[in-house]
Amino acid sequence: MVGQAPPYDIRYTNDEIRNMIEVNRKGEVWVFAEQHNEQIEDTPIELMSKARHLADTLGVKLAAVVLGNGVKDLATKLIQYGADKVYVAEHPLLRTYQTNSYAKVIYDLIHKHEPQIVLYGATIAGRDLAPRIASAIKAGLTADCTDLQIGDHTTVKDKKIHKNLLFQIRPAFGGNIVATIINHDRWPQMATVREGVMPMPEPDVKRKGEIIEEQVTLAQSDLPLEILEEHKRPKKVDLKAARIIVAGGAGVGSKDNFKLVWDLANCLGGAPAATRAAVDLGFIDHDHQVGQTGTTVRPSLYIAVGISGAIQHQAGMSQSQKIVAINNDPDAPIFGVAHYKIIGDLNEVVPMMIKSIKEKSIKD
Amino acid sequence: MGYNCVVLIKQVPDTKRITGDVMNEDGTVKRSALPAIFNPEDLNALEMALQIKDKFGGHITVITMGLPAASEILRGSLFRGADEAILLTDRRCAASDTLATSYILSCAVKRINYDIVLCGRQAIDGDTAQVGPQLAEKLGVKQITYVEELTELSGKTITARRNIGNGWQQVKADLPVLLTVTGDANEPRVAAAKKMMKYKNALAPVEVEQKIKAENPDADEMDIKELAEHKCGKLIEQGLLMKQWDLDAIEADLSWCGMNGSPTKVHRIQSVVLAAKETKQIEPSENGISDMVHELIEDKIIA
Ligand SMILES: Cc1cc2nc3c(=O)[nH]c(=O)nc-3n(C[C@H](O)[C@H](O)[C@H](O)COP(=O)(O)OP(=O)(O)OC[C@H]3O[C@@H](n4cnc5c(N)ncnc54)[C@H](O)[C@@H]3O)c2cc1C
Ligand SMILES: Cc1cc2nc3c(=O)[nH]c(=O)nc-3n(C[C@H](O)[C@H](O)[C@H](O)COP(=O)(O)OP(=O)(O)OC[C@H]3O[C@@H](n4cnc5c(N)ncnc54)[C@H](O)[C@@H]3O)c2cc1C
Repeated sequence: MVGQAPPYDIRYTNDEIRNMIEVNRKGEVWVFAEQHNEQIEDTPIELMSKARHLADTLGVKLAAVVLGNGVKDLATKLIQYGADKVYVAEHPLLRTYQTNSYAKVIYDLIHKHEPQIVLYGATIAGRDLAPRIASAIKAGLTADCTDLQIGDHTTVKDKKIHKNLLFQIRPAFGGNIVATIINHDRWPQMATVREGVMPMPEPDVKRKGEIIEEQVTLAQSDLPLEILEEHKRPKKVDLKAARIIVAGGAGVGSKDNFKLVWDLANCLGGAPAATRAAVDLGFIDHDHQVGQTGTTVRPSLYIAVGISGAIQHQAGMSQSQKIVAINNDPDAPIFGVAHYKIIGDLNEVVPMMIKSIKEKSIKD
Repeated sequence: MGYNCVVLIKQVPDTKRITGDVMNEDGTVKRSALPAIFNPEDLNALEMALQIKDKFGGHITVITMGLPAASEILRGSLFRGADEAILLTDRRCAASDTLATSYILSCAVKRINYDIVLCGRQAIDGDTAQVGPQLAEKLGVKQITYVEELTELSGKTITARRNIGNGWQQVKADLPVLLTVTGDANEPRVAAAKKMMKYKNALAPVEVEQKIKAENPDADEMDIKELAEHKCGKLIEQGLLMKQWDLDAIEADLSWCGMNGSPTKVHRIQSVVLAAKETKQIEPSENGISDMVHELIEDKIIA
């Protein structure tokens, strides 16, 4: 079955240059409102308040882009979360996400409206789609951003100042550095944004906006994959929604002893969580993992039990409002981000905490 | 019968072993202080290609774009069973972002007959997972990302299971196709002793030249060239000369390569400084803890 490579021209032609759009200072800020089964994903909604801020700073409109079939109703919701405009592209072939069909429609929309910024959630679908579009349109794409800002950049060579660019801030090198990336000459400026790093905005039911229905033409050949089967399991825990999180690390010692973490979480009405080391040791399911390769959380209270505080763990919890750390090593890095530092054996400290909380709640 | 596979592999600094002292003052990373390794998920991609070859036969070409030192992972691939290794090296590739990298790789892959192109899901240094999909677009082939199992290969169709975050999806497609392979897909095999014996002296032309220069410090350029040509000729006879391409060899348009071809630019890099907060030390005693719980209730942190 030795096939032939597609008969593509090796060289880029002038046509390719036409794929690109011009630097357009009046262009809108866009958020791709990823939806599955007529439900918008959390990440694009989290992105809305940041995108709103970017659009206000630039003095342009914020638009959400939603693709699907029977998704027009979602537009109202997106306006409530801050969009001035919603572009709705509906087609039976857009019912389920596929790379090529979605990429084609968004590519055409970008050409038609020339936005200056296009943002995607760094979800599995977002990370499958955005690079495909960037490659077609020859635009830059920054992966997995944790923050976005507007700022000026001076090019080293000619000292030219480029005003009001999108600063795309992302960790790299396994979380050990933070890079600020810009693209000043090839637009749109595009980025994917990590899940859970921006707070969920409150909807404003009184907000008004414009809904624009876009015509799409698609053929069956735009869906080159056949989805045979799909299994989704609900997450065992919704860490992002938890106000209180009790997280255990390798220091907890065993799956049995992890009961301490569950008990403390239960008496606080919180959710149990863990480090990757604890997950790898089989103490708890991966759905509970906090950090760079788990969930990013920002609860009111985060209690770290037997956790050393590796950079990759901190990436997922350092934004918590109050952090309590229990560790028997006075030099554990977790103490660097803690508000309350308890140097001691977790096997003694956690039962004391449970007791104290129970006593206090009886008194009230 | 059989399938032609092209596997794209990258040599990366071992970022899992980063410690404070490999960071420069200005927040950049001293790459030389970290061991260079085979990007972990590229080993999974190679393993998937090897399993295809074991079952159906065919030919595996591995390609890496990088410095001459990246030849190390090409040899690592030959040790495991790859048939052909290509080093894509050129100073003008430097500073390529993912868009330029995928363009350069596409120029190389287009020169090879393939049914399946395999990439790792993500490289552990740049951490973007963008090169695979960008390359698929440039090749004009469909992509299946986050592959965790190759379920079936029969005739001109492939069925694979991909991870979709909170579950999985089974998809079917006609060849040719590009896959990005996750670390869960398989257990990569180790180097085979026999192949290691056979290929341990395999070299890329640039390495031959470096070696001869080191062995003959006083020789002039003409002599070195001649000696290198001679040595390369011998290696070809033994089947031990790895292919080496530069941007001219793959007829790449320079305006899409390196710095010129890269829309993303680094504005600033900072090392992660862990935010120091005002920390209160609590005694691990009933009283200490009771006071803390009290304070948390007062502050309305605990309901
Ligand atoms: C701090 C920092 C941040 C960066 N951020 C961005 C960014 O946001 N956007 C951007 O466009 N670029 C960025 N870059 C540049 C980017 O890292 C390089 O272009 C890199 O060569 C490819 O990206 P990656 O390492 O993320 O690879 P990935 O896209 O994660 O790699 C996926 C797969 O592609 C294949 N592959 C990748 N590179 C090669 C290669 N050289 N040879 C053969 N196969 C390969 C491998 O199979 C690999 O497993 C950044 C670089 C640094 C240092
Ligand atoms: C690319 C990459 C991604 C990663 N992603 C994540 C991620 O998403 N989330 C994550 O958590 N990690 C992640 N990691 C792993 C991370 O680097 C650490 O290895 C991990 O967080 C360590 O977990 P830990 O703190 O539970 O274990 P350890 O580092 O082993 O720490 C255990 C701690 O328990 C303390 N201890 C032991 N006994 C007691 C006791 N009786 N009483 C009190 N304290 C005690 C010890 O002093 C120690 O500080 C990632 C790593 C890499 C390279």
